[in-house]
Amino acid sequence: MTNDTTRDIVLIALFAAIMAVLGVFPPITLPLIGVPITAQSLGVMLAGGILGARRGALSMVLFLVLVAVGLPLLSGGRGGFAVFLGPSGGFLVGWIVAAFVVGLTIERLWPRLGHVNAFIACVFGGIIVLYAIGIPWIAFAAEISIAQAFVGSMPFVPGDLIKAVIASAVIVTVARSYPVITSP
Amino acid sequence: MLTSDYVPGDSVVHRARPLIKVGLLFLVCTWLFVREGWLSLAAAGLVLVAFFAIARIPPKIVVAAIRPALWVLGLVFVAQLFLADWRFAGFVVLRFAVMILAASLLTLTTRTSDLVEAIERALGRILPARSAEAISLALSLCMRFIPRVRDIFEEVKNAQRARGLGTSWRALVTPTIVRALKSADEIARAIVARSPDGPHVR
Repeated sequence: MTNDTTRDIVLIALFAAIMAVLGVFPPITLPLIGVPITAQSLGVMLAGGILGARRGALSMVLFLVLVAVGLPLLSGGRGGFAVFLGPSGGFLVGWIVAAFVVGLTIERLWPRLGHVNAFIACVFGGIIVLYAIGIPWIAFAAEISIAQAFVGSMPFVPGDLIKAVIASAVIVTVARSYPVITSP
Repeated sequence: MLTSDYVPGDSVVHRARPLIKVGLLFLVCTWLFVREGWLSLAAAGLVLVAFFAIARIPPKIVVAAIRPALWVLGLVFVAQLFLADWRFAGFVVLRFAVMILAASLLTLTTRTSDLVEAIERALGRILPARSAEAISLALSLCMRFIPRVRDIFEEVKNAQRARGLGTSWRALVTPTIVRALKSADEIARAIVARSPDGPHVR
């Protein structure tokens, strides 16, 4: 193993661990909509935005493997193979692609990274791409139409937008004080 | 925090090889969608009940396994009531319940360490030794990092409180991440310095 791959492995493991720690926070329930917001999807945006596409996606794979083998690391202490077979399993698998796309977008924007385009990257990868995987999965597994699955998922969007605001602020600050992504 | 719901036992279900259980789970879940019907669902349900009985899983634990999913399943049931009829709604929800319980049986009867070991061994067979080694390292590092990240977060929280700063998300997350990254880089350097073939020169 070269020095660089060792560092990559350590960083991938670190962000999988950060995901686990974010799962400990109790979900905040939005007053008007009544939908629980968990801190974990913040971790998806952070992994991609701080580690970049490849390492970010791999840290999600690692985290999901640990969940699949039975560790109760998802928010609310959920874990085990069963979580992937429920209706919202697509969102979990989608974390891998979401982290990759957030990372890819941030890498492209790296030389002129600011709060606005970091926010756009988080919304694009962490919300639009994620829902584009999660919604058809619900529709297939629960045998409802895509439109109904879409409507059913919308209450989660306000919370995810708040997380995109937080994630983009953190990504920009970390990029300035302790950059991990190297400019292409 | 890092304990799975393993129920100790010595039944056939407990002793079966972990990857065989994962394979069976995958087959059953695929089959339930390919051969969609009450007959296949009932068959899968009966086999599942038999396995739970053989493994001697207490009913209380079975209920606890399905409880987190009940809310979503209720939502799916109501949606299907409007779309189709109550029979189809019942079918879709029961199919979810069977799949979730089947997956829970895997978790309940397999030690996490055994499952990780089985995965590592299987990967070692299909991947080059170097990649399999990297995956083992990542898995064990992650387990080490979870308490470390939690400690860092607690330290940051106390420091911010001592300064009289509010506990806004951003004020907590940014310093936690930067300190975690520094700590990760120290560990990476330590691993490289102590590896048997010495640090590679870039």
